[in-house]
Amino acid sequence: MTETKTPIIQIRNVSKRFGKVTAVDNITLDILAGEFFVLLGPSGCGKTTLLRMIAGFEMPTEGQIIIDGQDMSMVPPNKRPVNMVFQSYAVFPHMNVTDNVGYGLRIAGVAKGEIRDRVTEALELVKLGGFEDRMPDQMSGGQRQRVALARSLVMRPKVLLLDEPLSALDAKLRAQMQFELSDLQDKVGITFVTVTHDQDEALSMASRVAVINKGEVAQLAPPSDLYEYPANRFVADFVGSVNIFEGRLTLDEPDKAAVDCPGLGKVYLNHGVTGPHGADVWVALRPEKIYLHVPGEGKAVTAASQDAPDGHNFARGTIKGMSYLGDITLFEIQLEGGQIIRVSRPNLSRHDQEDFTWDDKVSMHWRADSPVVLLS
Amino acid sequence: MSGALQDWKSQKRPFAAIATAPVFWLALFFVAPMAIVWLYSFGQNVGPASIEISGTLDNYKRATEWLYLSIFLKSLAVAALTTLICLIIGFPVAMAITFAAPKWRPWLLLGIMLPFWTNLLIRTYALMALMGTNGYMNKGLGGLWEGASWLRTLVGMQPLEAWTPVQLLYNNFAVVLGLVYVHLPFMVLPLYSALDRLDKSLIEASLDLGAGHFKTFMKVVVPLAAPGIVAGVMITLIPALGAYLTPDLMGGTDSQMIANVIERQFKRANDWPFGAALSFLLIYAMFILIALQSMRANKVKEVR
Repeated sequence: MTETKTPIIQIRNVSKRFGKVTAVDNITLDILAGEFFVLLGPSGCGKTTLLRMIAGFEMPTEGQIIIDGQDMSMVPPNKRPVNMVFQSYAVFPHMNVTDNVGYGLRIAGVAKGEIRDRVTEALELVKLGGFEDRMPDQMSGGQRQRVALARSLVMRPKVLLLDEPLSALDAKLRAQMQFELSDLQDKVGITFVTVTHDQDEALSMASRVAVINKGEVAQLAPPSDLYEYPANRFVADFVGSVNIFEGRLTLDEPDKAAVDCPGLGKVYLNHGVTGPHGADVWVALRPEKIYLHVPGEGKAVTAASQDAPDGHNFARGTIKGMSYLGDITLFEIQLEGGQIIRVSRPNLSRHDQEDFTWDDKVSMHWRADSPVVLLS
Repeated sequence: MSGALQDWKSQKRPFAAIATAPVFWLALFFVAPMAIVWLYSFGQNVGPASIEISGTLDNYKRATEWLYLSIFLKSLAVAALTTLICLIIGFPVAMAITFAAPKWRPWLLLGIMLPFWTNLLIRTYALMALMGTNGYMNKGLGGLWEGASWLRTLVGMQPLEAWTPVQLLYNNFAVVLGLVYVHLPFMVLPLYSALDRLDKSLIEASLDLGAGHFKTFMKVVVPLAAPGIVAGVMITLIPALGAYLTPDLMGGTDSQMIANVIERQFKRANDWPFGAALSFLLIYAMFILIALQSMRANKVKEVR
């Protein structure tokens, strides 16, 4: 993939209001040529409205959308250099696969021979060779989606827009399509902009993700940054599973910091957070970053009373809930302060799930660089 | 549907309990009178009030004479024109209702169905009052005419001649207009139900692929609304073909339709056998129309 750093889509202070409801609230962001960009957010956050504004089906109330250097304010959807794969796929039910995929080219007046070649090529690309004469009602949802993909790709758009492309597929097919879409994007080199409410989809496919909340961008970052360095409580909570504790920043130096959490105790970090001293902050801790063990059996314990390796944070609690998920087991542990903390533990051996049971007293510890301090 | 109704073949008694009354009703008041009329069509008058069913085909021979055949064809033309106008007016109306905000849709549909609440005769007289030489349409046109005349005097030109009312009623134009007025709801409702089922993202997909609104309409909306168009055409064309009241009240001497001729046979001419033959000729024609349509529908299903 040849990735240039020029923005193919520039969204400038775009707002969209439907009556009194603000769907998109002053969003500014650049989508770079050749990237797999994902708009992630809960339903009703405005992500689909933003996508539809890029496609031209909605007009911004305020602001400007520039595609490939051209202001799109007065450009209708049929004249934009973008194509869309609809959530319902919108495959024309009265046309066979060939006619569906060739529709845009016929409208554009492309020569018949070229249409045939390009349709064949597009169908090969989405692995639908041999389906040329099928009618849509003789195909599965996944196959119809491939028709919709081919129908858009055959137009060689500058940007391909995908509205919840995987939401209607079953779990196995969804996982497969995630890989295929990434692969396809690599092959054709077209910029993909995808809308999804599914964080797994976003993390697995995207080169960058914009998390949208209530019409605003909550964070714009590559997937791993989003997960490991969430910018605020919304992102931390929406992307993955997380424990959040309220606290007060009591120590903040370049190489160490401490947060006093009434629910969890004092949490130490091995880096500074550059937050206002004494401010109310939140500590976010991912369940898989917490080690769980029987009290007194902590590994490499130097301070026996703390049951934790050097430089680790620790806490104690009682198991109040367990759910065995096969690859991992999820624990709900009541801390001594009464709050619940969630811990996940990989089942590295076949008997790991037998290690703990309900009402066991347990110790937990985690590295000093695991917690994330959030200021908002 | 489930249970007793669905497998009525194995549960005959509940089915019979439900079906007997309507079957009896239809047999007594629909099939039996139709059968009598059908028998009359093979009979001849033997006295002022007695008909002998002799099996003669004379009535049908007479019915296919050019005098009657031409009226029949003209009725077909008037009905076809009515249907076409209804389609041209009805399609945008149905589309407008489909794309209206959901809270308005029931009210707009109610507006379409409202005329059914008034008797056809009263609606026709109301339309006649509107279209008469002293009616509101003529008054409106006269007002415009006088306005234009006044404008001419403003710029120093001669005023127009005095307004002479236009003869809007008692001609073929009035018949077609009246039939369109009466049958429009029959066209709009099936069109609406077809368009309402149409996935709106198909229209967006067509626009997205570069088609303008007109091409999208012709290549996506019309083909997908085809079942609604066919249904609308059938239920407009068939009653329009048999229209009696509208041509009778609003038509002139040259705008009688086949139903008016049939009526005359039963009343003034007192030639029931001939009237029966004409009636059944009309029914056969409609059968052929419906048969053609269902054959076409079957063919579409096979292609799928």
